[in-house]
Amino acid sequence: MSDHPANLVANDATSTIAWDSHGELEVLTFDVGGESFAVEAVLVREIIDLLPETRVPGASALVDTMVNFRGRIVPVADLRAAFAMPAARPTADSRIVVVELMLGGEMLLLGLRGDRVHEVATLAEASSEEAPSIGMRWPPAYVRRLVRWRDDVIVLPDLAAIFTPALASAATAG
Amino acid sequence: VTVEDPTTAFRVEARELLDQIEQALLDLAHRLDDATLIDLVFRGLHTLKGSGAMFGFDSLASFTHHIEGAFDRVRKGRVRATPGLVATVLAARDHMRGLIEGDAVPAEGEAILARLAASVDLPDPAPAAPRPHATPGTSAGGWRLSFRLPREALAHGTNALALLDELRALGDCTLVARRDTIPALDQLAERDCLIGWEAELRGDVPRGAIDDVFLFVLEDMELTVTPIVPAETASAVAELDRSGTEPVARRAVRALQGELVRVPATRLDALMDRVGELVIAQSRLSQLAGDRHDLLLRSVAEEIERLSADLRDTMMVLRMVPVANLFGRFRRLVHDLARETGKAIALETAGESTEIDKTVGERLFDPLVHIVRNACDHGLEDAAERVAGGKPATGTVRLAAHQAGGAAVITISDDGRGISRERVRAKAEASGLVAPGQALADADLFALIFHPGFSTAAAVTNLSGRGVGMDVVKREIERLRGTIALASIEGAGTTITLRIPLTLAIVDGLLVRVGAERYVIPLAAVEECVELSAEEDRRSLGRSLITLRDRLIPFLRLRELFAAAAPPDPYQKIVVVATARERVGLVVDQIIGSHQTVVKALSPFHQGIGTFSGATILGDGGVALILDVAQLVTRGQQAEPPLGQAA
Repeated sequence: MSDHPANLVANDATSTIAWDSHGELEVLTFDVGGESFAVEAVLVREIIDLLPETRVPGASALVDTMVNFRGRIVPVADLRAAFAMPAARPTADSRIVVVELMLGGEMLLLGLRGDRVHEVATLAEASSEEAPSIGMRWPPAYVRRLVRWRDDVIVLPDLAAIFTPALASAATAG
Repeated sequence: VTVEDPTTAFRVEARELLDQIEQALLDLAHRLDDATLIDLVFRGLHTLKGSGAMFGFDSLASFTHHIEGAFDRVRKGRVRATPGLVATVLAARDHMRGLIEGDAVPAEGEAILARLAASVDLPDPAPAAPRPHATPGTSAGGWRLSFRLPREALAHGTNALALLDELRALGDCTLVARRDTIPALDQLAERDCLIGWEAELRGDVPRGAIDDVFLFVLEDMELTVTPIVPAETASAVAELDRSGTEPVARRAVRALQGELVRVPATRLDALMDRVGELVIAQSRLSQLAGDRHDLLLRSVAEEIERLSADLRDTMMVLRMVPVANLFGRFRRLVHDLARETGKAIALETAGESTEIDKTVGERLFDPLVHIVRNACDHGLEDAAERVAGGKPATGTVRLAAHQAGGAAVITISDDGRGISRERVRAKAEASGLVAPGQALADADLFALIFHPGFSTAAAVTNLSGRGVGMDVVKREIERLRGTIALASIEGAGTTITLRIPLTLAIVDGLLVRVGAERYVIPLAAVEECVELSAEEDRRSLGRSLITLRDRLIPFLRLRELFAAAAPPDPYQKIVVVATARERVGLVVDQIIGSHQTVVKALSPFHQGIGTFSGATILGDGGVALILDVAQLVTRGQQAEPPLGQAA
């Protein structure tokens, strides 16, 4: 992945990873479609049980529902759509991770559907690597790093790269 | 003015000051010799300079200082105000605004100063302080001041020393510090301002100049100003003493005029959200009470319903601002357009006290700019053509507002050349919007101007000026749940009428169910609800038209439009909705009832879909989408084009 400026707005969520001075990063890990994903712990506002979701007809498959999160209307996204995974029904373990993202120059609340949410983990830059450009089923731009953690490989998704196009398509669709 | 960040407070006040300067300059352009206006501009500049320096806006202060110096020459009658000078000072005012917002181009400032120097023949930058001159509220002998800054002044960023310097700059000044209220060291909070001052300001200083020095702290400080009376006029002392002593009576005066409180819009929005949630909770309570046969519970629920409705109404009023603010911004636009086009244009306004929601007002600005610009640019003829046509040389653009029911009606009219029906028709035929020779009523013909296909077609001729982007204007007005209509008499002018709901925050809606989801249809657009009989349902499968009281109405099956998965109800209902001219039926599974709805904006991911104007939280905590009726009607009409053309 090259360092091309993915974001035109300076303050947007960036693709760069803010490893601390020890080369570590605090993340929240969660499973989606059998893979482990992680988002920076500082972005996470809350983890909520599944709420009744309202479908938004005409919305992109990536962000096609919304929920009432404490009186605010928050769109809910399913990373399955971005990573070409088959759709699945929620289970008793499903949760929504509400994150705060700077996108398109605006601070947004966004719910990420997870099949199971794990604990906050500390990832090390030293055990991370670039996503290989071949041999991956996923769009390479959607993955910032792959990080080995315990026996697992955790995907650090590039939320800005995944969700910015959804904003653009919403803006042109009307 | 107790706001956390002092520079924010300064910016807010400075913007107001700049607006006042602008208005005064625009008036001055018509009455070049009006001393009151000249004074007003000068006072504004002076205040801005002083407070700018106080809050660390140094480049603003020094730039304003030069402008003030130049304007001082006008005030003293050494230079006459000319339209050119006014235009330069207006440009300077824009530059100052840039300096405050932090997006000024330094080269521009220098160019303005050069132009200014040329028009007032300024040999060198003017002296630092304005020379006092005689105005009402002066005291020939000077003033005796006793003042004490607010205790938290230092913490809020006030530079007390700069204030004292400014005071000293007004004239010959003796300052004595009063230390009587300073406590022992161990009780001293180091950021409190505890020193008071006594001052004698000698010379011919206007009383207002003293207020200007303390402008940003005046409200909370103690200030007593007494005129110093020369011995020979001692007989008049008693008289002057009474009228001249002003123990900061400002607060009292304000109380009389109705005290104003400045509140950040975000806090108002937060309060609005809470009220919205209260209304939701209340409707849940009413529902529960309705299910039970408990009279006591019911009476409490009714009481709360009444209270929350009152609270909501009070809240709505808080958000209302007069359109005067909005209209005021057009004086400058028209002034500039008149200069650009070389036409003489007068702007008339009426009904400025009509109130609309603040957000609505802000979002109306861009469409109005477009309309007014069109009127000035193309609608109005130049002076020669007007005189030849027997009209006054000066063209008039008129902005008017009044309230009608739940809507504000805003009209923008000009007395220009009007719109040629033949040319609209020719254009519409050329772009395939109407069949050649098809009979069209005036309203239908003018409605074509707002059609996207009409204006985006290549090489739009001037067409008496209108056309480009009117579809964009219409879309923006419809986003505000408003309507736009145009009337024009060839040779006599054009009038555009906007009807805008007073508020966007709350809408009365009809709650319906389509499949498993619930949707809200704004009640204002609902004409009637009818049942779609099974027979009619079957017959209409091949086409999307029903007959209602001998009229054919196109309809949309929302189940299909929204790809609802749940099985349909056996008896489908039709909600007939209408915009100003068009009707369409929306087929739904169930009509649940009317519902007062607090409108919430959709997230940016969903804003562009177009079918929905917002969302709302229902009594049970679920979320329902609010249908954008204008969009749906357009869709329905496209499915069955009214003009007999394939869309």
